[in-house]
Amino acid sequence: MSYDVPQIPGEQLDDITAKHQDHGWPLWEVFVRPKRGLSHTHAGSLHAADPETAVQNARDVYTRRAEGVSIWVVASTEVHASDDSESMFEPFEDRPYRHPTFYEIPDEVGQM
Amino acid sequence: MTIQPSSQTGNTTTTATLLGTYLLRLGDDNLILAQRLGEYISRAPDLEEDLAVANIALDHIGVAQHLYTYTGEVEDDGRSEDDFAFLRSEREFTNALLVEQPHDGFGDLITRQFFFDAYQLELWTALAQSADERLAGIASKAVKEARYHLRHSSSWMIRLGDGTEESHQRIQRSVNDLWRFTGELFDGDSVDRDLSNAGVGVDPGTLRPAWERTVTEVLAEATLERPDDPYQASGGRHGVHGEHLGHLLAEMQWMQRTFPDLTW
Amino acid sequence: MSGEAQFQATIDADEKVEPRDWMPDGYRSTLIRQIAQHAHSEIIGMQPEGNWITRAPTLMRKAILIAKVQDEAGHGLYLYSAAETLGVSRDELQHLLHTGRQKYSSIFNYPTLSWADMGVIGWLVDGAAIANQIMLQGTSYGPYARAMVRICKEESFHQRQGYAICLALANGSDEQRAMLQDAVDRYWWPSLMMFGPHDSESTHTEESMQWKIKRVTNDELRRQFIDTTVPQGQYLGVTFPDPELRFDKETGHWHIGDIDWDEFWAVVKGNGPLNRERLAHKVRAWDEGAWVREAAAAYAAKHALAESA
Repeated sequence: MSYDVPQIPGEQLDDITAKHQDHGWPLWEVFVRPKRGLSHTHAGSLHAADPETAVQNARDVYTRRAEGVSIWVVASTEVHASDDSESMFEPFEDRPYRHPTFYEIPDEVGQM
Repeated sequence: MTIQPSSQTGNTTTTATLLGTYLLRLGDDNLILAQRLGEYISRAPDLEEDLAVANIALDHIGVAQHLYTYTGEVEDDGRSEDDFAFLRSEREFTNALLVEQPHDGFGDLITRQFFFDAYQLELWTALAQSADERLAGIASKAVKEARYHLRHSSSWMIRLGDGTEESHQRIQRSVNDLWRFTGELFDGDSVDRDLSNAGVGVDPGTLRPAWERTVTEVLAEATLERPDDPYQASGGRHGVHGEHLGHLLAEMQWMQRTFPDLTW
Repeated sequence: MSGEAQFQATIDADEKVEPRDWMPDGYRSTLIRQIAQHAHSEIIGMQPEGNWITRAPTLMRKAILIAKVQDEAGHGLYLYSAAETLGVSRDELQHLLHTGRQKYSSIFNYPTLSWADMGVIGWLVDGAAIANQIMLQGTSYGPYARAMVRICKEESFHQRQGYAICLALANGSDEQRAMLQDAVDRYWWPSLMMFGPHDSESTHTEESMQWKIKRVTNDELRRQFIDTTVPQGQYLGVTFPDPELRFDKETGHWHIGDIDWDEFWAVVKGNGPLNRERLAHKVRAWDEGAWVREAAAAYAAKHALAESA
């Protein structure tokens, strides 16, 4: 369900910029393998005090409609991310020979 | 399979068959516990636990529905799952006293669940071998759910027992308060004996040793004491309940009693 | 390219802004507030329906209702997760809800007085929410959009189960039909109010539209909802509590009477039928569960230490 909560004219809003620590219930990122043969993909996150509870909760939260055969949980603080600004990925765009479409294979050779 | 009614059932239910009587007990256990869990949704300590409690409630309702439907077929009197759930009086309900106990917070809820889950795991494991194919089928599905429920409730018993001083005291109190309702789970009567002899049911007494082992192990890991009060309450299987069930049924059955014979 | 230019280019290209991208402070704080209040709405929304779990008239209805309320908890959870990618914690957001500094949708401040309310909430309230929700699948912030896609998938059963309850009542006894009509009479106007004030009165709509947080305006969504819902009501044989309701052949839309904005603002400001009760219920659950959360944290700490020893 989704709801629009209106602002009362003249209402002062909070400026939430500080990061607050949860009291002992860290955040976990949940990855679910939808079925055999596929990779685990990120499904979302949840809070739990320990990894065992996180896995258990993840089953109820992210797979109760039979959407998965395997669950991984990773403490959010353990996810290390690349710097997604353009400069890091640009060089790859200069190396088209990594992509099969770069090569022209004569039709007579068949599917490749 | 037809089983002749036993003249010694001593029960006050309106079931005519032995198997019907037995199935109703199992169904009532699951329905009444589901009703208690349903009271708790939106009151859990966090969202993840609201989801878990809802899940467990749904599992118990599902089992109750299967059992009641089968009871109706066995009794062959046209009664539906809803007839059993909503149109019997409290003297006709044959759930164990444990499941009708109210919870004053999460500690009571999870302790009640733990004691019952440990019993249900043994019960469904045994009934999965029932000579009655239908019951064996229901049991085979239910045993997987029971295993999951038990993992959830025993995890909580351990965390609350071995958590903070406050949680330890609270959960110990819940254990002490609910202990006297655990014995009834293993009391068998002639219904259980006759059906167990026929390979259809299981004598609940045979489930006790495994239950004891599970409970002892989990309480120990939870640093909790096993109560040593020998007193055990009983009466549920014969429709003699405490004073909680009447109120529970009044709430649960209100719609059907107020607006009879309608489709919803 | 500067962060700011990248941000604008992303928005203009209808691509998604992701958590570690540069974003204007206003974008970030608007999103946090909107996502959090959306999450709070889901959670508080568990209460009016939760009110009928123990009294559902059949086992099937009981199970379906539990599953629906469970989904609402799940939706709240996905949304809190999305909000947390913006650098706030769920604890902080709940604290803002508990202290009244963040709100939830006013519709949940109305009581559920009969079983028919379960049908009408599914039909009207979920119906109204779905209109907004589908729109939000296209919102510019990635985690929010993905949460909405997930929610939309699960939502399809919610409105249908509500309408199914309404159908059963509409096809039932005189008492059941009267029960249904009474629920519609009480929920119609509050459902229309769910779309918020008229566009002309709505602060921040323009900004939200520019940032593609919001993709369709309040009035447009409300109009879509009315056009879809009135025929559904006619099928049920119910009337709507609006003497001015009529179909305008020229515009092809249903025309409604004036919304009572006094009631709307009163409820938003905290003076609806159950504002205090809804919040108190939530706060009580939180406070009464403190010992449980603390225990779990203590256990985890003890055992993490033991493992690393």
